[in-house]
Amino acid sequence: MEPAALELRNIEKFFGPMHANRGVSLAIRKGSIAGIIGENGAGKSTVMSIVYGLYAADSGEILIDGAPVRISSPRDAIAKGVGMVHQHFMLVDTFTVLENVILGAEAGGMLRPSLAKARAELERLESEFGLKVDPDAIVADLPVGEQQRVEILKALFRGARILILDEPTAVLTPQETDQLFRILKSLKDRGTTIVLISHKLREIMAATDIVHVMRHGQVVASRETAKTDREELAELMVGRKVRLSLDKVPAKLGAPAMIAEHLTAPGLTDVSFTLRAGEVVGIAGVSGNGQTELLEVLSAIRAPSSGKLIVGERTITRERPSDPAQMRKLGVAHVPEDRHRYGMAGDFTAAETSVLGFERKAPFTRRGLLDYGAMTKHCATLMDRYDVRPRRPSQRATSFSGGNQQKLVLARETSQSPRVLLVGQPTRGVDIGAIEFIHRQLIAYRDAGCAILVVSVELDEILSLADRILVMYAGRIAGGVDAASADERTLGLMMAGVHGAAA
Amino acid sequence: MNARTKLPLWVDIGVIPIANVLLAFAVAGLVVLAVGASPLEAVKSLIAGSLGDSEAVGYTLYYTTNFIFTGLAVAVAFHAGLFNIGGEGQAYLGGLGAGLAALALDHAVPSYVAIPLGVAGAAAIGALWAAIPGYLQAYRGSHIVITTIMFNFIAAAIMVYLMVNVLIAPGSMSPESREFSTAALPVVSDILNGMGFAVDQSPLNLSLVLALLCCVGVWLLIWHTPFGYDVRTLGFNPNAAVYAGVDPKRLTVIVMCISGALAGLVGVNEILGVHHRLLLDFAAGYGFGGIAVALMGRNHPLGIVLASLLFGILQQGGTELSFDMPMITRDMVVAIQGLVILFSGALANLPRPWLEAPFLWLAQRRTAATEEGP
Repeated sequence: MEPAALELRNIEKFFGPMHANRGVSLAIRKGSIAGIIGENGAGKSTVMSIVYGLYAADSGEILIDGAPVRISSPRDAIAKGVGMVHQHFMLVDTFTVLENVILGAEAGGMLRPSLAKARAELERLESEFGLKVDPDAIVADLPVGEQQRVEILKALFRGARILILDEPTAVLTPQETDQLFRILKSLKDRGTTIVLISHKLREIMAATDIVHVMRHGQVVASRETAKTDREELAELMVGRKVRLSLDKVPAKLGAPAMIAEHLTAPGLTDVSFTLRAGEVVGIAGVSGNGQTELLEVLSAIRAPSSGKLIVGERTITRERPSDPAQMRKLGVAHVPEDRHRYGMAGDFTAAETSVLGFERKAPFTRRGLLDYGAMTKHCATLMDRYDVRPRRPSQRATSFSGGNQQKLVLARETSQSPRVLLVGQPTRGVDIGAIEFIHRQLIAYRDAGCAILVVSVELDEILSLADRILVMYAGRIAGGVDAASADERTLGLMMAGVHGAAA
Repeated sequence: MNARTKLPLWVDIGVIPIANVLLAFAVAGLVVLAVGASPLEAVKSLIAGSLGDSEAVGYTLYYTTNFIFTGLAVAVAFHAGLFNIGGEGQAYLGGLGAGLAALALDHAVPSYVAIPLGVAGAAAIGALWAAIPGYLQAYRGSHIVITTIMFNFIAAAIMVYLMVNVLIAPGSMSPESREFSTAALPVVSDILNGMGFAVDQSPLNLSLVLALLCCVGVWLLIWHTPFGYDVRTLGFNPNAAVYAGVDPKRLTVIVMCISGALAGLVGVNEILGVHHRLLLDFAAGYGFGGIAVALMGRNHPLGIVLASLLFGILQQGGTELSFDMPMITRDMVVAIQGLVILFSGALANLPRPWLEAPFLWLAQRRTAATEEGP
């Protein structure tokens, strides 16, 4: 039998006391697309970073084409024919595609011959794999999907026969994702071995030949993609049965709770919508199309430069701006997109974090002094209600797992019974088990009459949560559809800014 | 993924600072050896000179008082993420505030009125002197490290101008104001002697009590009021502070006022406590010393008291040391102080990996044990 293109034997890796990889062994057949799936912290990126030489394994063996190899740096990995495309691109924005491709792989001291050689090689790769990119375009001007293609070209240019992609679809529209998968397939057909790291079940099912499931640093199962399904994979990832679909009753619409009229701010143009009590409005869109700015304006972190925002009796304009403290008093709660950037602070314990924004309210402050007892009690209540683990209010908030941090922030924001709940990326960096829980909580709040605005780059999430979907593109609302009649294709076109797609 | 091991608190705030000081003394010992003196003798002289008798202890505590004020000043600003290195100037002008209040009032009101007003004057001018860089940082984006250090020079220039041209006592040969008739803080040795304890005269005065009260005040303010909660939020994460509804600009200015006021209180110790007149250069070195003190005391009042004591010992013991051992000049003593600052400040994490290794090993063993368990 032909030896595996890449084989790992008993890879062990510790980060401090954390056991990130426990005896990971797997073999990947030459010319196949292998998926590595697992929750955040399951060790999937760690093990592939070891293969690419970014980390050194504490013990274990790596074999390429059946021969044991030592990989102690990305340089070694490249020499052995391993290439990696990272989740965050490693490109020089101000360079052209060609310059980026040869960066670090220049042949000789002068640039010109390298560039000419690279151009010829790029043309060959383009004709062979359909990897079309203008070699003279400046990287910053390219759409994200093409930037990713540049990353793939970089790896192929360096002679990669094993290509590792870490969460490659996080920044892509559905159409760009489809294109990527077509490229991967043509690479595979010409003998390249591909490792796809992802936590998205749908994509793993669509693109791979075989799936390795990781949990708690171990490979817990390997399945042929054709012989498994999403439910089974989810169960293997989490270690228990998971319901992927969300049951919900039709929304009972109430009065308008928040009205945006022609809101404009840097990065945001003429955004209008009405958010009613008892509904979930989903804001879909590829990341970076004004969603962050929208949330900042709606939560009064940033003032609009024109237009108005009406919350209850209060009208917020450029001349009469509000601030986050006042918005809280108006009953607007905000679960920020980036909880580390906004929702939590440094060394604060979970108890301290659980009152952020409410620290001056009774009972947390009594007669001018903080009451740590009350904070701890409050935190413990929230932890019970939202199943935050471990239930330790005195533990530093940032040392909880992503899902538990998110549950804590969501619990805090809903603890004051808000009328409007703004949620940015409700399940970013959150494991599947917690996603299910967070989604059910949001729907429960909707059913209790809260007006909810969910911003997410995960289309699946928007589709399962929202009653109404608005798509943002280039700082504008590109279109809106009823969730019942929404389909991925139409939304995808709107997300890509194709006009006339609005329903 | 945080690869850094969390050390137990007692190692973090106990063992590591002690290890740092010991390392500093070890290197200082080599320096002493190099000039041909005995390190052991030097240590003896240093300890005897700073703690040997009641006069020495008095001097040590008098220096300690100044370091507590400036250390607290740096720490309060630091909790808001601000690096106030203008303690020097704030302390200097704080003395001006105390002195002006005393000069204006000493003939008009009794000491028990003049002293509180002198304290208020010191705090107010110290606060003002820090508020300007604070304002410039918050509303104009001028970096506070640059502005506070520049304000030290401006403060020094202002003092020289005022002392030479305005406040100098008529007929005086040196730039000093007239002596205050009242408004002198009670001296501790007088009080103790009055109570029947025989202690030698020293400049230690009731400012030490004020300093310790400030420690309690800072502790309450930072960890037990919603204001302090906001300050720490701002220090950890300015975005989160905005999110929580804090106005970071306003808070920056307020925190700088508090910081400057604390530094300004050095003026109380020096002007109202010891010199009883305005003069030049009384605050020299304490502002910068405060940075090291806060760093070493981990920005906590208790740590700051301990670190201030160490610096008081070095200051007083160092003076005695250069008397006792002529080979060790005053400059050498400054070098030794510098080594302590270097090891407990800039190189504070130098012994950490060595101390971490055994804990890491233990933690991995524990992880492995729980994995193999049922």
